[in-house]
Amino acid sequence: MEKENVPQHDGNLSKKNLKELVYATDENGNYTTALSTGWEPKAIALSNAIDNIKERAEEAKQKVLNGEVSPICYFMELNKMDLGILAGYVEMWKWRVKRHFKPSVFAKLNDKTLQKYADAFDISIAELKNSITK
Amino acid sequence: MQVTFTHHQSAHCENGVASNLLKNSGLNISEPMVFGIGSGLFFVYLPFLKVNHAPAISYRTLPGHIFNKVANRLNLKIKRQKFSSVANANKALEENLKNNIPTGLQVGVYHLSYFPDEYRFHFNAHNLVVYGKTETDYLISDPVMETVTTLTHEEMDKVRFAKGAFAPRGQMYYPIQIPSTVDLKSAIIKGIKNTCRDMLAPMPIVGVRGIKMVSRQIRKWPKKHGVRKANHYLAQMVRMQEEIGTGGGGFRFIYAAFLQEASVVLGNEELKNLSKEMTQIGDSWRDFAVEASRIYKNRSAKEDAYNAIADELLDIANREEIFFKKLKKAIS
Repeated sequence: MEKENVPQHDGNLSKKNLKELVYATDENGNYTTALSTGWEPKAIALSNAIDNIKERAEEAKQKVLNGEVSPICYFMELNKMDLGILAGYVEMWKWRVKRHFKPSVFAKLNDKTLQKYADAFDISIAELKNSITK
Repeated sequence: MQVTFTHHQSAHCENGVASNLLKNSGLNISEPMVFGIGSGLFFVYLPFLKVNHAPAISYRTLPGHIFNKVANRLNLKIKRQKFSSVANANKALEENLKNNIPTGLQVGVYHLSYFPDEYRFHFNAHNLVVYGKTETDYLISDPVMETVTTLTHEEMDKVRFAKGAFAPRGQMYYPIQIPSTVDLKSAIIKGIKNTCRDMLAPMPIVGVRGIKMVSRQIRKWPKKHGVRKANHYLAQMVRMQEEIGTGGGGFRFIYAAFLQEASVVLGNEELKNLSKEMTQIGDSWRDFAVEASRIYKNRSAKEDAYNAIADELLDIANREEIFFKKLKKAIS
C-alpha cells in the first residue's frame, strides 16, 4: 500500500480518537509508517458483528419472556460471551452452565451460584433474576 | 513507582511489545524485524473451533510464539510467568516495577477501558507493557495506542485474569539477558525459512493450502448456511483479517517492510524485489476485504458474488505459493 492510499475513513464508531499505525511505502517505494483513522470495510465488518450480538441478545430476551430459557442466557449474549467464555468466568463445566439455561433449574439455584453469574455479568443477583421480566 | 520507558506505537501488539521491550534494554530492533525473525506470518483455518459463532481463521502464530522465536534466534533470555492467584500475580508485577523492569503482559481485551466499547470483545491474546504504578492506576504502554495510557488496579486484575480461549492467567514476561552483539543475519535466515515452511506446509488447513481450503468453503457457505450465516462468517473473516491484529493485508505489509530491511542486512537484492511482490499481495488482500464488505453490507448472498471472492482468494493463494517458493530459493 502506498502512503497516500492509507485510508482515512471514519472508522471509529464511538468518539474515542484512535488512530492506528500501518506500514506503507513512500514515493521511492521504501517502507515507512503512517497513521490511519479507519477503513470502511473494517468498520462495516465491526458494525455487522455488533448488530449480530444485538440480534442474538434480543432473541434471547424474547425466549426468556416466553419462559424458554433463563436470564443467564440473555446476559451471556448481552456481554458478548459464548458458553465456553461464561463457563470460564463462573468456573463451572459447560454442561452445568447449559443446564442453568433451563428456567426450572435456574429457579432453584442458590445465592452462591447466582452470585457467580452476577459477578460475571457485573450486575446484582436481583438484576439477574428480575431485570428482564420487570 | 515508574520505570523509564519509551513508548513506540506499532501495528501489531505482540511485535510492538517485543520491539519496545528490547529497545528499552538497548537492542534496537524494529517491529518488522521482530515479526520476520519471529516468523509471525502464518495462516490456519480451524472450522471446528468457533470464535464469535464463526469458524476460526488465524493469520498469525500462537500468542507468545513470535517473541519466543525472536529470543531463541537472537540468543536472548526471556522470563515468562503465569499465576493461579491474583495476589501473587500483583506481587510479582510490583516486584518487577520496584526493580526497574518494564514488563510485558498478555491480557484480555474485554475490560481494556481505554478501547472504544465496540472494540471490546472476549479476545485474550492482546499484549501491552506496564511501566509504572500509582496509588490508583497502572501506567501502560499499549503498542497499538498512539500514546501511553492507564488502567485502574481493579481493571488490571480483570484483564490479566480474563477467561475463555487463551486465558492469560496473569501471564507476564520480560527480557532477563541480552548479549552485547547479536547475529542478525542468521536469525533473519532462520525466520524466513520457518515462515516458508509454515506457508508451504503439506497440511490442508495450514498456510497456502489453508487459504485455498477457505476459498473452496466460501463457495459453499450461502447454500450450506443460508444468507445470514454466510454473511456473518464472511464479516467475521474480514474482522480477523483486518481488525484483530492486522491479519491479512496488514501483516503482508509488515512482512514486506521486514524483507526490505533484511535485504540490506544480508546484502541480498532479490529480497528487495520480493518485498515489492509481497506489497502487491498485501494490496490484493485488502481488495478482497473491500469486495467481501460489499457482500455483507448489502446483506445479500448471491452465489456468483461468493464465487467471485472465492476466485479472488484462490488467486492470492496461488500467488503466495509462488512467492514463498521464490523466497525459499532466495535465501538458500
